[in-house]
Amino acid sequence: MTATSANGLSYMWEMIYIASSMRLPIVMSLVNRAVSGPLNIHNDHSDAMGVRDAGWIMLFSENNQEAYDNLIMAHRIAENKNVLLPLMVCQDGFITSHSIENIELIEDDKVKEFVGSYKPEHYLLNRNEPISMGPLDLQAYLFEHKKAQAQAMVNAKKVILDVAKDFENMTGRSYSFFEEYKLDDADIAIVCMNSTAGTTKFVVDDLRSKGIKAGLLKLRVFRPFPAEEIASALSHLKAVAVLDKSDSLNACGGALYEDVTSAMYIAKNNVPTVNYIYGIGGRDTTSYDIEKVFNDLGEIAKTENIDNPYRYLGLRG
Amino acid sequence: MEVSTFIYPYTAWTDSFVHTAFENAASTLSGVEACYKSMKKQGKLEEDSHTKFIAFGGDGGTYDIGLQALSGAMERGHDMVYVCYDNGAYMNTGIQRSSATPKFADTTTTPAGSVVPGKMQPRKDLASIMVGHHLPYVAQSIGLNNFKDLYEKAEKAIYTEGPCFLNVLAPCPRGWGYPTDMLMQINKLAVETCYWPLYEVIDGVYKINYKPAKKLPVEEFLKPQKRFKHMFKPGNEWMIEEFQKEVDARWQQLLDLEEMTNK
Repeated sequence: MTATSANGLSYMWEMIYIASSMRLPIVMSLVNRAVSGPLNIHNDHSDAMGVRDAGWIMLFSENNQEAYDNLIMAHRIAENKNVLLPLMVCQDGFITSHSIENIELIEDDKVKEFVGSYKPEHYLLNRNEPISMGPLDLQAYLFEHKKAQAQAMVNAKKVILDVAKDFENMTGRSYSFFEEYKLDDADIAIVCMNSTAGTTKFVVDDLRSKGIKAGLLKLRVFRPFPAEEIASALSHLKAVAVLDKSDSLNACGGALYEDVTSAMYIAKNNVPTVNYIYGIGGRDTTSYDIEKVFNDLGEIAKTENIDNPYRYLGLRG
Repeated sequence: MEVSTFIYPYTAWTDSFVHTAFENAASTLSGVEACYKSMKKQGKLEEDSHTKFIAFGGDGGTYDIGLQALSGAMERGHDMVYVCYDNGAYMNTGIQRSSATPKFADTTTTPAGSVVPGKMQPRKDLASIMVGHHLPYVAQSIGLNNFKDLYEKAEKAIYTEGPCFLNVLAPCPRGWGYPTDMLMQINKLAVETCYWPLYEVIDGVYKINYKPAKKLPVEEFLKPQKRFKHMFKPGNEWMIEEFQKEVDARWQQLLDLEEMTNK
């Protein structure tokens, strides 16, 4: 188990890939912070997005309770023999990592029993069965090994849900791929990850009190990406905004936006969907900013006119 | 090393072997050794089992990009031996200079010609950097006379508890430009000219294992190698002189250190 942030993660980029290809079920707490440069240190998701294709399971956490709960579930998911992939639990740097919140703790003995201990089938230090790890893996085999990794990520979906079920039995707290907050009867909705979901819930409640049918899809499991489930959950909406706390600098949109819209396209879900890049380098995202997004969505729902889908929120000038 | 010994699905290793990345053999082995200690403490390994840990790196992966991995592992005191095969450049990627490359050597990134006289900087003295880590055992060796020196030093390094370092000169026929059947002769010349002194440092005390009765001029070592060919052109005598001066100064420093630490 380990922990890192921002440039610490970037610095081990090479090993991030090697760890997952060696199928090592490492659990890492990733406190999301901006990757240089220039140097910043405050919260955004550029560190996580930089390793999104590295073969790690990635769970996101709205608050400290979720970060805690995700970490307790993490080992069981990563170490499942149908998975055997490293896993990172993301949470927002400073916004939640350096804030004081009351959380419900679970007794140590219960956690120990739930987490269990790691018993690998094969390991380097087994004198009775010496192994070689990390070969030169050429044209004849690498492709198949990568497919096995890809399959493990597919398998992880069921395991994540199974572990969440057991966790719910222990704590009463329920987790899935994502949380749908007042989404089932919503007209307009925001898709986002981590602490901004909390701010969005506050705004959703406020708008609901004014008769506006706003909702939220808070993504918890970013890798594996629950594409079908997301497309289905968003299919009834009139307009959607995907918030990305990292700019992909690709002239067309953030990483979460691309994944969500691809999922919707494949599912023949034609809901107008726009992207907002926000909160870069720790720029504060207030309830007023979120309200502005919902206002924009109201307009889009009415006119069905997206104009420019690649937008910025809270950017000066 | 792993490229020649472990091409999936075959392995030449009978004991457990791990490769992760180019520059972090020392860090990888640190983790393995730390895990070994932890598993032993937890009773997950047989009490009487005793495993030794050996890391191998080339000079590029040791002197250059692996230096901090190596320094960290040595400072943390892992019970391991780190062996550097020093062939004086990034040979398998195409003879690019490393900090182990000697001054004036012609490499693909320091091409000797009218603009530069080959590599412009003298080589890093890694063994003394390792001595600066106050290790129980540091040695420099080479394959010579039935490998006696190398064999003895390897045994000491392996059976000395704590972090040990072994630097082994590994002449590269392709990169140095000498006929393969001259290997043992090149090794001998490296030692007889004092370009590559054989010595060990045990708990800070220096011991030079071989002092040539008649130290050969460094030209003898340089001449058979194509990478130093330009040094023998008329007008380039200064290069050989400078090279000789560097070798002499380092040899003298070693003699002084031996005397000083044996007082």
